[in-house]
Amino acid sequence: MLVKMIFAGFGGQGVLSMGLNLAQAAMLEGKHVTYLPAYGAEMRGGTANCTVAISDEEIASPVASAPEFIVAMNQPSQVGFQHHLQSGGLLFVNSSLVEAKIVRGDIELVEVPASRIAEEMGNPRCANMVMLGAFTKKTNLVCFATLITGLESTLQSKKKLLEVNKEALKTGYDFCGAEP
Amino acid sequence: MKQVYRRPHSLKKAPFHYCPGCGHSIAHRVIAEVIDEMNLQDKVIGIPPPGCSVFAYHYFDVDMVESAHGRGAAVATGIKRAFPQAIVFTYQGDGDLAAIGTAETIHAANRGERITAIFINNAVYGMTGGQMAPTTLLSQKTTTTPYGRSAQLEGYPLKISEMLALVKGTVYIERTAVSSPANIMKTKKAVRKAFQTQIDDLGFSLVEILSPCPVNWKMAPLEAWQWIEKEMTKEFPLGVIKDVTGK
Amino acid sequence: MPRILLSGNSAIGEGAIRAGCQCYFGYPITPQNELTEYMATHLSRRKGCSFIQAESELSAINMVYGASVAGVRVMTSSSSPGISLKQEGISYLAACQLPAVIVNMSRGGPGLGSISATQSDYFQSTRGGGHGDYRTIVLAPSSVQELADLTHRAFDLADRYLIPVIILGDSMLGQMMEPVEFHHEVPRRLPVRDQALRGAHGRASRFVKTFTSKPTELEEINWSLFRRYRLIEKKETTCESSLVDDAELVVVAFGIAARIAKGAIRKARSNGLKVGLLRPVTLWPFPSEQVKKTAARTKHFLVFEMNMGQMVEDVKLALDGAGEVGFYGRPGGVIPTPSEVFRVVSREYYQRGLSIER
Repeated sequence: MLVKMIFAGFGGQGVLSMGLNLAQAAMLEGKHVTYLPAYGAEMRGGTANCTVAISDEEIASPVASAPEFIVAMNQPSQVGFQHHLQSGGLLFVNSSLVEAKIVRGDIELVEVPASRIAEEMGNPRCANMVMLGAFTKKTNLVCFATLITGLESTLQSKKKLLEVNKEALKTGYDFCGAEP
Repeated sequence: MKQVYRRPHSLKKAPFHYCPGCGHSIAHRVIAEVIDEMNLQDKVIGIPPPGCSVFAYHYFDVDMVESAHGRGAAVATGIKRAFPQAIVFTYQGDGDLAAIGTAETIHAANRGERITAIFINNAVYGMTGGQMAPTTLLSQKTTTTPYGRSAQLEGYPLKISEMLALVKGTVYIERTAVSSPANIMKTKKAVRKAFQTQIDDLGFSLVEILSPCPVNWKMAPLEAWQWIEKEMTKEFPLGVIKDVTGK
Repeated sequence: MPRILLSGNSAIGEGAIRAGCQCYFGYPITPQNELTEYMATHLSRRKGCSFIQAESELSAINMVYGASVAGVRVMTSSSSPGISLKQEGISYLAACQLPAVIVNMSRGGPGLGSISATQSDYFQSTRGGGHGDYRTIVLAPSSVQELADLTHRAFDLADRYLIPVIILGDSMLGQMMEPVEFHHEVPRRLPVRDQALRGAHGRASRFVKTFTSKPTELEEINWSLFRRYRLIEKKETTCESSLVDDAELVVVAFGIAARIAKGAIRKARSNGLKVGLLRPVTLWPFPSEQVKKTAARTKHFLVFEMNMGQMVEDVKLALDGAGEVGFYGRPGGVIPTPSEVFRVVSREYYQRGLSIER
């Protein structure tokens, strides 16, 4: 099984760390994983994205030309990446910032008001973790517990930040679960 | 019988290949005497450049490594960083240090690398046959300025020592000449001070030596000495250009 | 040591430090800046070590030359345009038989090109690259783990054969993160090579030089270099082969292209096409013998590169007419997908009338 996904949004929304945390969790679960950040001039230009590939066997290319999942944290990402999605793929949008406009009939939309939830929690910068929590619940690519373990190792020196992020992940995870 | 003159230990028993009246032999001897007197023969690593002095390792009895054209300061930096106990000097001509190697020189100086540059300024490219150097005087004829160096077409003689004096990492810069016994003694004193600066871990040091090239200048050796004192020193005045060693 | 998620650039940096690299000199250029930054963070304050952000690639490589003369393990890194500038120093290193590790996280060209991944520096890397008659060992990793492992090997090879070693990666390998495990600890005592110049204390003075006015002397120097090169070819040639034993068509690819080819070959196999892969790990010395041996079983080869066809020449030279060589290349930094390469492989397979396993 090989699954590829793209996380995209504005620079500063933490899309790279979403991908990184997921990749870390996949590694901890013993899977093959690659993480490829978009790079260069685009990196400074305000938009950011990264590609994660998770597989049971060696991964040939870290590039995703037709990913199974796309997470769009802002409007331009939704517009730009929607048509790359594989038929039957899931499009996650940050519905607080993105006016979801699906132009394809063969994909599924998952709306998560990540920015609003994060703001309500008092930590607007945690929208990425809210989204990652929801993403994890919906895709079931890695265990939620592993995600937490990974986060604990990367943020071990920043206890306060860790707690905030954990809470955001959990809230996002539960949000998706609450849906009918 | 009292011995008054002998070959320095730091020079091998090999006759110099330099042209009659060339300043390199004198500069070599002066450096070797200083190395002897400061007891540095075991610690010194010298870096000769491409050019007439490329064979300096045949004469100096110290560890030496040939550098690519202009890269002496970078090579010296690498050696000194890898092995800080060494006393490292580059031996570079005007084309080498002040044209193709300008960037390496300025930045090594600015980092305050604990190295010493011996800068031989003879106002021409010697080995390649007397072409214009960055230090060629205005109206001086060379094979590539056959009508004399014109400021409008070829720019001005570059005063690299004065430029380097503005750089914070340099600690000691002096311009001397090997054009008379008195100036040769001053050169020796300057080289000694430059090495001492390095031993004291103070920063970058440089001794610019105005040196005769009678063959490419198309002059007799004595005439070349006089040309240094009369013409070259007008553009390149002798003396200490910078000294913040506090000594 | 547990596996950690690391970018290719960082993996080289960590691998180098664990190999006893004592000096690093570099100059910023995308896409290898993370390596320079890694060394600034992790090497610059280490005891006995030195890091310099040089004023140019020329300077950096000549600092490498100086540190190598002084006998320590030293590395520099850059990307294609910067590597072109370093060629002067690499030629001198080769001439003086000085070890050094030079990383090329290559990018598109010619000119400033692009920062995307290509393999267009194959010729430059495997033919010496600078002026004069010489070679450098060229290692071509295809994963982050291999970058870490080959960095260690690069230092060992450089010291053993007194030769500059090039690690030829690309921007994708440098940027991507993968789990990696390091098999070596940082050595307690950093190695210093015999024959280093450290002042003539207790011995006669020595010199290191490249210039000679005697053609016969230079001829002997060139001969001696090539005697060593023959030895390296004999002992160090490395090539990974997979699924070659029953293959009717053999794909030859290196680095990131070999990874993509592997994905294509998996698809081909599941469609009953008997396709295998040869992946040169050392680009110089090139695994000519292995290519030739493979031709005893099948005559059908397909070379896949992310350039307009460079390694394909070495494959043809190795086969010397003993095989039929096709080529597929994408230059300019376009990253082909495994499905695209699979389509090329199967087209080639059918056109040659090779047998399908039902």
